[in-house]
Amino acid sequence: MHRDAALKALIPHIRDDDIVVAVYQSCFDWLALNPRDLNYVAVGAMGQASSHGLGLALANPDRRVIVLDGDGSLLMNLGTLVTIANAGVTNLYHFLSANRVYEVNGSHPLPGADRVDFAAMAWAAGYASVQRCTELDQFIAAVPQVLSSTGPQFVAMELTEGAPYPRDYAYIHSAQARASFREALNRR
Amino acid sequence: MVASALPTECTPQVKHPSGAAIIAAIKAAGVGEIVALPDIVTSDGLLWPISRDPELRLTRICKEDEGVSICGAMSYNSTRAILMMQQTGLMDSLNAIRAIGVDYELPVVMMVGLQGKEPHIHPDQSASYGVRIIRPVLDAMELSHSLIEWPGDEAHIPQAIEAAYATSRPHIFLIGRAPEAS
Repeated sequence: MHRDAALKALIPHIRDDDIVVAVYQSCFDWLALNPRDLNYVAVGAMGQASSHGLGLALANPDRRVIVLDGDGSLLMNLGTLVTIANAGVTNLYHFLSANRVYEVNGSHPLPGADRVDFAAMAWAAGYASVQRCTELDQFIAAVPQVLSSTGPQFVAMELTEGAPYPRDYAYIHSAQARASFREALNRR
Repeated sequence: MVASALPTECTPQVKHPSGAAIIAAIKAAGVGEIVALPDIVTSDGLLWPISRDPELRLTRICKEDEGVSICGAMSYNSTRAILMMQQTGLMDSLNAIRAIGVDYELPVVMMVGLQGKEPHIHPDQSASYGVRIIRPVLDAMELSHSLIEWPGDEAHIPQAIEAAYATSRPHIFLIGRAPEAS
């Protein structure tokens, strides 16, 4: 399963009022595939995407918050799984791009790249439900039920990189990106 | 040379701030969300009472930088939060504070217990290296901070929180003495 194919499969299931928090290459792919004001791209420090997602989920209980995380990122903040699972949020959906490398930092392998089981970690932490998808068809079939279920939900997408979408770091760290998100969030 | 702490029997007795007054000040500033790791300085006088307070939602976290992100993200729709931790966690979170609080200009408000600080000594003069360096580190990062040590210090809390949200910048309250619960 290529990441851009998986993200394209996710797009039809994203509502206009959903918040999407994305990080690193998943973020760059997502911005190219589905630009929208409620994309939250300013996570600041590696590993923090899901924690931003939790803050947004707590503060916006009437919206779904979809986190497009990376596996190297998650390993920098593993406690987030336990925090999220025990925070009482039902509107958080955690999708993990598990390509087993630090892709934007030279594609070096993760520690334990050939055996770490992210879905098992999320299950053990207490997520409402977890999925592990290795094939695109399997992922396409799983998404509707995942996003219609009570959160927190976790999906480990075992994938490889797709098309080389541009890495626009200047945009994700820009005041413009934060301002457009804030304006969209508070529009209604 | 590092000064040694006075023996307990020689330690000057000092008054402590009121945990109830701190909580009242937090509420007065419109804060309804507490994100926290336990800290022995603030445990009995603040965090346990907060955990039983129906007007405050407590989210317990596993590591302090999670809290920086959670509070920063909450601020986008003006949800006011306080992150509670010990100064060791503050030091561990400096990169997140740098990125999310300073670079991104978000109002992350923190309440930090100075674990190991002698109650009668100003933090800059503490025998504890880990305490002594806190204010200089915050100054080097150009972070706004204030000290809560004496009864009455609680009074400035609402104004400092208002300023943090008005300017969209972090503020750190340093708790120099264990608050009394009452």
